[in-house]
Amino acid sequence: MYNQTEIIKDTTNLGPEGELVVNMGPQHPATHGVLHLVVTLNGETINKIEPHLGYIHRSIEKMCESLTYRQFIYVTSRMDYLSSHINNTACALLVEKGMQIEVPERAKVVRTILNELTRIASHELWIGAMAMDLGAFTPFFYAFREREMITEIMEDTCGARLTMNYIVPGGLMYDIHPDFQTKVKAFIKQFKEKVTEYEDLVTGNVIFQSRTKGVGVLTAEDAISYGCSGPVARASGVSCDIRKIAPYDAYDRVEFEEVIETAGDSFARYIVRVKEMNQSIRIIEQLIDAIPEGDFVGKTKNVLKLNKGEFYQRVETARGELGVYIVSEGGTTPYRIKFRSPGFSNLSVLDHIAKGSKIGDLMATMGTLDLVIPDIDR
Amino acid sequence: MTNEEIKAYISLIAPEASFDETGEWLNMLIQSNDIKSLAIALRGQPMQMDFLFNLTCVDWKTHLTMVYHFTSTKDRSVNLVVKANLDRNNPAIETLSNIWRTAEMLEREVFEMFGVQFLNHPDLRRLILEEATPNGYWPLRKDFEDPINMIKL
Repeated sequence: MYNQTEIIKDTTNLGPEGELVVNMGPQHPATHGVLHLVVTLNGETINKIEPHLGYIHRSIEKMCESLTYRQFIYVTSRMDYLSSHINNTACALLVEKGMQIEVPERAKVVRTILNELTRIASHELWIGAMAMDLGAFTPFFYAFREREMITEIMEDTCGARLTMNYIVPGGLMYDIHPDFQTKVKAFIKQFKEKVTEYEDLVTGNVIFQSRTKGVGVLTAEDAISYGCSGPVARASGVSCDIRKIAPYDAYDRVEFEEVIETAGDSFARYIVRVKEMNQSIRIIEQLIDAIPEGDFVGKTKNVLKLNKGEFYQRVETARGELGVYIVSEGGTTPYRIKFRSPGFSNLSVLDHIAKGSKIGDLMATMGTLDLVIPDIDR
Repeated sequence: MTNEEIKAYISLIAPEASFDETGEWLNMLIQSNDIKSLAIALRGQPMQMDFLFNLTCVDWKTHLTMVYHFTSTKDRSVNLVVKANLDRNNPAIETLSNIWRTAEMLEREVFEMFGVQFLNHPDLRRLILEEATPNGYWPLRKDFEDPINMIKL
């Protein structure tokens, strides 16, 4: 025990007695969900971070074992709720792969546009929330102004703003709204004008840069070893974009660049996401005038039965590589289903990259990992 | 490397491995004792399978099957699926967490959902469920029954 009246000057050799354990969460404004981190501190320095999960674990994998191949897609919207279109796409692609369903061209193009709009909406929310974690409140409103336009497009076409459930095996649930193209074009126009405002507000901000540069550095080897994917790995110089590696839907016919930074710190992860939004706009611009006429859904049977065997489908969500692994016994429900969620692997690296830094920097490190808790807990 | 070369290479390390090429990727079923030596060989030259992107378990009612998905960041077109059968009453397998760090959390999840003991794991505790959950409470196994919270369809 230490003397309570004496001021401790050297905190390096205090041992376990000098360690302070702080519970961050489950209710904490910066975790954006019910993530519980047990942080062991030595003074202000982080010694260890232990995540405790399960506060919103719904056991989606077990639930899906009793849902049919038409029903289980609705549950996946609730996993990573900011990328619900992309989750639905992964499941739809897997069922189509397992049953060899032909998807009409129109559906493929619309799916790609919606996936990219989802990615922009997710990154917009992330920029706002991340800046707010670091103390800047204004970017939140700027980001939500553009995000609102996307949610309105989604509302028109899909009937929902967050959990869309619009992409089904075989194509789309119903055709796009007549105003879809006009509204998307209006959004592109506004986004291109306003995106420079974020650059002025956040990217060029001295406080923001000094709080993120050199904070939470992740090397390429560690990113690979920890199974990181998406913007987190790409900021460390690892090429891992599933849209390039295994193109699905209409990604094989559009031109875009995989954004790669090599610094590996929080600022690099920020830059990757901002540049990625511009690439998404580029993809949408190539496709929005080229939506083919025709059916929006292919011919499917009423009852879907996957062939016996094992299927794996990867897609690139806003957070990284989402994998769906299904073991089928030939029935109408999956025998076993596993979601390889990007957030789970990205969370596992938090202890490694935040160790040794100050607790104030934990906000920047955790914020740029872009954790969505329902995606981690499933 | 082509599938034939991979098969020849793996047969040297795990002689009892059996292969299955009917799926999208090359599948192999190995003895659970061979997993450590096979993992070291896969991670090193010439395969360089440095990205473990999925680790899970399947309950087949008579036995459990561990499923590992590997790929290489040098060549993402090469994907391997490694499987190992485990005894359902006393499942145990060597951990891979010192070769791929991502395995540490994934193995903790498999441990609490299926009850698989990972030998030499640095920190095998429950991650999602309460720490006081009794052994034998393995939710993702097929014979799991929870009389209070479970809704059956």
